[in-house]
Amino acid sequence: MTISMSTPDFLIERDRDRCIKCQVCVRQCANEAHFWDEEEQKVKANDALCVDCHRCVTYCPTHALTIRKYPLEFRENANWTASTIKAIYRQAETGGILLTGMGNDRPYPIFWDHLLLNASQVTNPSIDPLREPMELKTFLGRKPDQLKVEDGRLVEEIPPQLELEVPIMFSAMSYGSISLNAIKSLAAAAERVGIMYNTGEGGLHKDLYKYGKNTIVQVASGRFGVHPEYLQAGAAIEIKIGQGAKPGIGGHLPGEKVGLEVSQTRMIPEGTDAISPAPHHDIYSIEDLSQLIYSLKEATQYQKPVSVKIAAVHNIAAIASGIARAGADIIAIDGFRGGTGAAPLRTRDNVGIPIELALAAVDSRLREEGIRNQVSLVVGGSIRNSADVVKAIALGADAVYIATAALISLGCHLCQKCNTGKCNWGIATQNPQLVKRLNPEIGAERAANLIMAWEHEIKELLGGMGINAVESLRGNRLMLRGVGLSDRELNILGVLPAGE
Amino acid sequence: MHYVIVGNSAAAIGAVEGIRSVDPNGRITLFSDEPYHTYSRPLISYYLFGKVTEDKMYYRPLDFYERQGVEARLGTKVSSLMLGEKMVVLESGESVSYDRLILATGGKPILPPMPGRELEGVSSFLKWEDVRGLEKTLFPGARTVVIGAGLIGLKAAEALVKRGAQVTVVELANRVLSAILDESAAAMVQESLEEHGVRFFLENTVSEILGTEGKVSGVRLQDGTVRECDRVVIAIGVSPNADLARNTELTLNRGVLVDEFMQTSVAGIYAAGDVAEGYDILYRQKRVLPILPNAYKQGFTAGVNVAGGSQSYRGGFAMNSIGFFDLPMITAGIVKPEGDEFTVMLAADKARRLYKKIVLREGKIVGFIALNQIDRAGILTGLMDKEVDVTPFQDDLLREDFGYVYFPKEYRQQQLLKGVLEGERS
Amino acid sequence: MKRVYAREEICGGCKLCEVHCAVAHSQYPNDIIKAFLKQKTKPIARILVEEGRPISFALQCRHCEDAPCTKACITGAMQKDPVTGIVANDETRCVGCWTCILVCPFGAIKRDESGHKVASKCDLCATVGGTPVCVQNCPNDALVFTDELWRR
Repeated sequence: MTISMSTPDFLIERDRDRCIKCQVCVRQCANEAHFWDEEEQKVKANDALCVDCHRCVTYCPTHALTIRKYPLEFRENANWTASTIKAIYRQAETGGILLTGMGNDRPYPIFWDHLLLNASQVTNPSIDPLREPMELKTFLGRKPDQLKVEDGRLVEEIPPQLELEVPIMFSAMSYGSISLNAIKSLAAAAERVGIMYNTGEGGLHKDLYKYGKNTIVQVASGRFGVHPEYLQAGAAIEIKIGQGAKPGIGGHLPGEKVGLEVSQTRMIPEGTDAISPAPHHDIYSIEDLSQLIYSLKEATQYQKPVSVKIAAVHNIAAIASGIARAGADIIAIDGFRGGTGAAPLRTRDNVGIPIELALAAVDSRLREEGIRNQVSLVVGGSIRNSADVVKAIALGADAVYIATAALISLGCHLCQKCNTGKCNWGIATQNPQLVKRLNPEIGAERAANLIMAWEHEIKELLGGMGINAVESLRGNRLMLRGVGLSDRELNILGVLPAGE
Repeated sequence: MHYVIVGNSAAAIGAVEGIRSVDPNGRITLFSDEPYHTYSRPLISYYLFGKVTEDKMYYRPLDFYERQGVEARLGTKVSSLMLGEKMVVLESGESVSYDRLILATGGKPILPPMPGRELEGVSSFLKWEDVRGLEKTLFPGARTVVIGAGLIGLKAAEALVKRGAQVTVVELANRVLSAILDESAAAMVQESLEEHGVRFFLENTVSEILGTEGKVSGVRLQDGTVRECDRVVIAIGVSPNADLARNTELTLNRGVLVDEFMQTSVAGIYAAGDVAEGYDILYRQKRVLPILPNAYKQGFTAGVNVAGGSQSYRGGFAMNSIGFFDLPMITAGIVKPEGDEFTVMLAADKARRLYKKIVLREGKIVGFIALNQIDRAGILTGLMDKEVDVTPFQDDLLREDFGYVYFPKEYRQQQLLKGVLEGERS
Repeated sequence: MKRVYAREEICGGCKLCEVHCAVAHSQYPNDIIKAFLKQKTKPIARILVEEGRPISFALQCRHCEDAPCTKACITGAMQKDPVTGIVANDETRCVGCWTCILVCPFGAIKRDESGHKVASKCDLCATVGGTPVCVQNCPNDALVFTDELWRR
């Protein structure tokens, strides 16, 4: 074997004056970066194995640990960066595709950070949400073209709607890609705050049926875990066409993550790879998609809204229009920063478009075509905070999907190693030893807290704008101004530059 | 109600505490031929080498009798029983009547009829008095012969070595601690004691204690060898001190026979501790179990029942925790099984003097030896006591980290959540 | 009585309970670093985490109703407090004969040979008062201090 040219990414610094040799770090690191040297009676580290997940740092009872970027530097080169060079070393060694987890981490422009919100001054009053009612309730689903009223009563039949207390949902993460305890955390949090979580393509574990009214059940290209009870169990059904982190790519859950319960839930043999094809093999056109939408509606007696989730790609507006016309009640668009349990690095970092632009383009297009009422728009792909939520709604979204933020609330430190199955926080793993580290009671509380905190912040921001219902913000792009954007970008976003 | 307790050690104290758990007011009179406040006999070896001082010898605080409302007549020997009259007769001739009687007279040293036994410098090793004597006269380098390599003999040998004596142990059996160890474990213990200067003569015994001017000067062994010495400690064994029960209606075997309530063959008369012969759940027969935990439990049970409560003690088994110098050991039950019905599991490391032997019968643990690695040995004792079928985790029993984690989940939780599971039911 | 119970389904086996227990019963109960680095002998935890992948759980004295250790103790040092129910060892009287280890069915008593040999066991942090430190410091709420069955 020749020498490996890979060098550590991180440096583990241990303050020997603080280390009490309790070895908590050794026990907590599933990557085995820390180890106990019996002969020298010392805790030591193998830097090369560290993924900078901070589990040891957080658990060290004496705060003896710090993780730094490994100080070794290549000769400065603006073109050939360290990560580029190291990727080549890895590929030269393995001959394989580079895999990664979580979302795109490249320094592309973040349009949220170029959009600023308005506030009321003098001419219209702002509202204090602590003193006055503030409505965030949101209904997702097809709205009728007109409302028929007879004898002062609404007689129009309203298609099935998803009712949310806050316009935020936990986006699709499958049982298999994340642990059952992580899903239980999100499901219980969703129930507590009156929102939805989404099964992803992992099926519905028997322990989760009780959260049905807060569940969106997903149907994806692998059709894992799909059966009549499953479709009936949720409040809505989502057809997954694509995902922001890996548009055009299917999924692959390796056999080692398919333990007994995952296999039962997904209805596949234990230990076999769960491969979701890149396309749905029965969908090659909008008409095919329409068939699936109506099959699912038929199967659930038209009682549940059907959502179609797609990745934000170049021709997104036309695609969305087609989906709306195919009969979807909700279109979920996932931007290129959306996370994943595993994706080819080059796909994750180079395919798709920013959600802000996709959202603006789709909302504008549907309005132009006069069909905006036929679908609700849900956007995801790196909604990082409540301000992003408010900006998304002002750009035209009905609600947002969050996943990375939700996982961070459970303890995720964005080390991007979900694909290894060694998540030290018990989230992206099926190793029972790691899964139990996430207490779902604590997880539910933290995830619910996050939504409640954002709810308060959204109300504050709305109140500042003099708006007392989120409905009044929806698509209200006048509440946005752009900074540092080109005319063309402002045009696509449909917002004025700051100062105008 | 007048309760009379004869004895003042673990079984007697257990009896007092047992009575008081049921009857806070009844009159209790306790007789002891020794003049001391209740003390712990196993501590005499610690006392001899100075680890335990006089004030720490006491088994219960000095206000124990007062707080428990016990009239303690210390230094008062009961010389006979008059069961018909429900009276005990004291050495002084005084007789004391009782409503209920508990015999907790303990054991007495077996003293073989060897010539020279009466010489100055010869003692046994059971009561405080035995070491109080030794302590006064022992000089550094004193040549001491201990007769018997059982628990008491070796504990005496250790204490004597720690006091600077030169110790020789003579034992009739082929190994030390023959009651609680097998050959392999015994060899390790012997080796360890030899490293600390103890000399052994096994398969041998003292046939005569030699003396000059009324004082010990040496011993003649069975094989004719003569060894000079300054002291002799006789520690051949202990037998039930059942003299009071002799020639009465009380049924005697080796000890006073008792049922599961610790009642003797005569209603109203109970016996507990080393004098009693209760049930051994491993040997499945009545046996004297002269160990402190058993004495206390029997005493407590006797106390509860004598006072009108109802508690049964279905039986115990032999178990010991003992150590010499830096070699601790815990043993229980049948350690040297004979017969096809037993399975033996063994792990030994001679260099580190680690030895673990577990004896199984019908899927249950019936005995074990743990040398050096004694931590958590009580888990095994507990499995024996509860007669748990260990078949599901039998292969794990010898693991160094054996514990509840190897139990089937249901049994584990039943044990570990006992407090709340019971609370839930009530 | 209130006891400490372990929830094995969410115990991560980090052993922080052991660390904090050892500190609380050391010469420096308020300084974890000094307890480990300055005290002459390594502080001993009175709680023990059992591990058998993937299960782990902490175990300490169960403060039995009918505590065998108190009956077997040869010195009278091991006693159950009739009011609090806490089984405590008077270390000034204990001689380290380990008879309590012989009879404890939970294996919850440890040998402390750092000074004069004494049996070391959980005292439910009675000297500190309040919730035992193991429970306070469990990062995953896998230890509960209660006298009733919690939702499982």
